[in-house]
Amino acid sequence: MSSVAPFVVFYAGAVLLAVAPAPLRRLLALLVPVVGALNLYGLPDGTGAAFELFDYTLVLVEMDRLSSLFGYLFHLAAFLGFIYAFDVRDRMQQVSAMLYAGSALGAVFAGDLLTLFVFWEMLALTSVFLVLARRTERSFGAAMRYLVIQVTSGVLLLAGALAIIADTGDARFTRMTLDGLGPWLIFLAIGIKCCFPGLHNWLTDAYPESTPAGTVFLSAFTTKVAVYALARGFPGTELLVYIGATMAMFPIFFAVIENDLRRVLAYSLINQVGFMVCGIGIGTSMAINGAVAHAFNDVVFKGLLFMTMGAVLLRTGRMNGSDLGGLYKSMPWTTGFCIVGAASISAFPLFSGFVSKSMVMVAALYEHYEIVWLALLFASAGVFHHAGIKIPYFAFYAHDSGIRCQEAPRSMLVAMALAAGICIFNGAYPWLLYDMLPFPVDYEPYTVAHILTQSQLLFFSALAFVWLNLKGLYPPELPSTNLDVEWSYRRLLPAAATAVRNVVGGGFSRLAGGGQALAARTVAGTESLLVGVGLIGRVWAIRTTALWILVLLSGYVFVEYL
Amino acid sequence: MSERDKTHLFDNPRNVRRLIHALYGLCGLTLVLDFVVHRHVDHPWEAAWGFYSIYGFVACVLLVLVAKEMRKVIMRKEDYYDE
Repeated sequence: MSSVAPFVVFYAGAVLLAVAPAPLRRLLALLVPVVGALNLYGLPDGTGAAFELFDYTLVLVEMDRLSSLFGYLFHLAAFLGFIYAFDVRDRMQQVSAMLYAGSALGAVFAGDLLTLFVFWEMLALTSVFLVLARRTERSFGAAMRYLVIQVTSGVLLLAGALAIIADTGDARFTRMTLDGLGPWLIFLAIGIKCCFPGLHNWLTDAYPESTPAGTVFLSAFTTKVAVYALARGFPGTELLVYIGATMAMFPIFFAVIENDLRRVLAYSLINQVGFMVCGIGIGTSMAINGAVAHAFNDVVFKGLLFMTMGAVLLRTGRMNGSDLGGLYKSMPWTTGFCIVGAASISAFPLFSGFVSKSMVMVAALYEHYEIVWLALLFASAGVFHHAGIKIPYFAFYAHDSGIRCQEAPRSMLVAMALAAGICIFNGAYPWLLYDMLPFPVDYEPYTVAHILTQSQLLFFSALAFVWLNLKGLYPPELPSTNLDVEWSYRRLLPAAATAVRNVVGGGFSRLAGGGQALAARTVAGTESLLVGVGLIGRVWAIRTTALWILVLLSGYVFVEYL
Repeated sequence: MSERDKTHLFDNPRNVRRLIHALYGLCGLTLVLDFVVHRHVDHPWEAAWGFYSIYGFVACVLLVLVAKEMRKVIMRKEDYYDE
């Protein structure tokens, strides 16, 4: 059997979904990931599906242990997602989710920077419809902000790719060092998708505004493609150790006081990605293995947690901790699956987080990052606190909200049961996962010391929760909005722009006109340079100009549309 | 008896107490085991008796108290951005 590039199966599936009638659509959606997985199984190692474009070789399929693991993971995520979305009749969601999964596969198997860029942007363009699908005013605003930021990431990636190609004449996507403009731009582009501190807010803004099924798909792909890209492009970059540790730490503070439970999960998603980024930064084979294994487990348990909250949203129409509580009476199955997800993200022994997160932490100690290790340990206790306890507690227990609703639909329960099963399987029998990792695994998760210390950490974190609650020190769930970095572009920047408009008045429009003329002249200048010097001959001018145009455009877009 | 009047597991305060006491028991057990079990450690800090227990408890209390203070600075009305 001859195989095609993995994204082709999904893109073709999306075309079929776009024309098929509703009853057929949901079966088709389930079939596509299965066919895709069979196709992936038939793909040989190494470089395949390459073709020439001008002077460059574009590689659509670069198959190795790293890309194949993420490939299977994304097929699994798509399959679980479409089971969860079995009752969704909305064609827009089905088609965009299919294209989105395909784009993630396209990015993961991209062997060169230009192909990576194309799928990087496709990820943004296809996923935004999952946010729009909620069809509320809020989701529309969040979707537009999401799109602007994601496209900016893509433009940075393109600029970085062009700079690298200009310097080296080589478009291949391989390991690089943070040296020169190109790698830095790519690092920043990945950083946006990966939620580096300060660049993270698009995720907590947009994901909670999506539909129940939409958020499940969103949580699986974008950030994990970014983790993959870091693992391929920047393993062992020390800066990532500190970025990752910060990412693991700061979101948990926001998560504790956040009222929207899916936003709590969004913050905890950043926290988990922090562990992966840190592992990639440490860069030893154990750390990379840990980061990748944790990415695999995170897709499943975070997906599971988003599934349970989506079911609550579907049945009650509410998502705020302050409105919920006592739902274990109406939704006992969902409650149980949520607890499995919570135990997995908290890394309880026999649950999936236990076998992957600890690899990163042990690797940090081996490489003498003691302070980072303490930070990760703090984050481990904290994640149990806000995701492990807070999510199930405020949704299903706490004070009885009086809401009585139906249990989740059967299709959702099946998806949750499968995800929960995988969490327990990977936790209890990690060796199948370990066999798929990029490097041979020399790590034993089930030692007496590890089981005991992790139990101590978690039980005493739970004790802290109980103690704070009994003392009345625990902050109650309050209907509220918490300011984050987004304040700078949703309030500060527009306010500044208005102020400038008011002060300068007509001058402002002249300024804008001047800016346009400047841009036009720059473009004309660049063009003559292009014609005069040739595309790759003297790149510094194009590069700098492109960068300035990029800065100008981004600034303009931010001021005008946010 | 209607659905609403049915009593569930944690409607009985005694069951809540049982759960909390079970947690106390587990905490105590893991601490006692720390005396008995000779743990393999990768770092001297880890070797201290009850290190993980104390760190976990203190970390969570700190986390919550700091987050509570953060509310004073960053918390706004629910419809803050909608106005």
